[in-house]
Amino acid sequence: MTEIVTITVPSHPKFLYVIRSAVYPLVIEAGFPKREARKIVLAVDEACSNIIKYAYEGDVTKHIQLRVSLDQQRLLMELTDTGKQTDMSKMAPRKLDDVRPGGLGTHIIGAVFDSVTYDTHRETGTVLTLIKNKAG
Amino acid sequence: MNVEMVTEKINGGFLLKLKGDVDMNTSSDVRNAIAAIFKQGSPGMKAMLIDLSHVRYMDSSGIATLVECMQNCMKTGARLRLYELSPAVRDVFELARLASVFEIFKTCGGASAGW
Repeated sequence: MTEIVTITVPSHPKFLYVIRSAVYPLVIEAGFPKREARKIVLAVDEACSNIIKYAYEGDVTKHIQLRVSLDQQRLLMELTDTGKQTDMSKMAPRKLDDVRPGGLGTHIIGAVFDSVTYDTHRETGTVLTLIKNKAG
Repeated sequence: MNVEMVTEKINGGFLLKLKGDVDMNTSSDVRNAIAAIFKQGSPGMKAMLIDLSHVRYMDSSGIATLVECMQNCMKTGARLRLYELSPAVRDVFELARLASVFEIFKTCGGASAGW
C-alpha cells in the first residue's frame, strides 16, 4: 500500500474545507467515479466533524491528521486525533426513520466505507481507519 | 468557505437562496437566517421555499438545519419546499434517506405552485 499524502489541519470547523479540497482530487485520481468521490469526501468530512465535536469537545486549538494510502484494491484513510477517546457504546448510528436533527454522521460514514475501525489502544486519542474497496 | 444567503418575500411566504458550502462551520448561519424568516413571517406565513441549486456542499449539520426548519414549519402550519437540489445535496439526501420526508421540486416554478 502506497501512502499518497498526509495532511494536518487545526480542529476548527472552518478548516474542514481543506480536508474536502484535498480528498476529492485524490479519490478521483484513485479511479473512483465523481458521485462516489463526493460521498467519500462527505464521509471523511463527517468523521472530522465528529472528532471536533466529540473527541475535542469543540476545542479548536487541537489538530486532526489525515493519512491517505492506496493500492490496486482499496483506498485507506486514517484520521488521528489526540482528544477524548471514542466511547464505542455511543457510536451506533440512529435509526433513519427517526427523523430528527443530528446523529446522521456515523450512519453516513458506515454507509460509504466498507470498513470503519476505531483504535483507542493508545495513551491518548483515537485512530479512525476508513477503507473503501475499489470496484471490479 | 462561506455560505451566501439571500431572502426574498414571495406571495404568502419567503424564498431562501443558498449558495456555497453548508457545513459544520456555516450551518448555524443558515439556521439564523431561517429563524429570522420565521420571526418576520409569523403568523400567517404559508410557505418557505429553499433554493439549493448553488449549494456546492452540504453535510449532516446542513441536513439537521433543514429538518429543524421542517419541524418549525409543521408547528406554524407553513409548507417547506426545497427545489433544484445540487448533486452534493442529492448525495447527502440519498445517504440520509430523506428524499421522501421533504417536499422536493425540480424547479422554482413547481415549488411555487399550489400551496
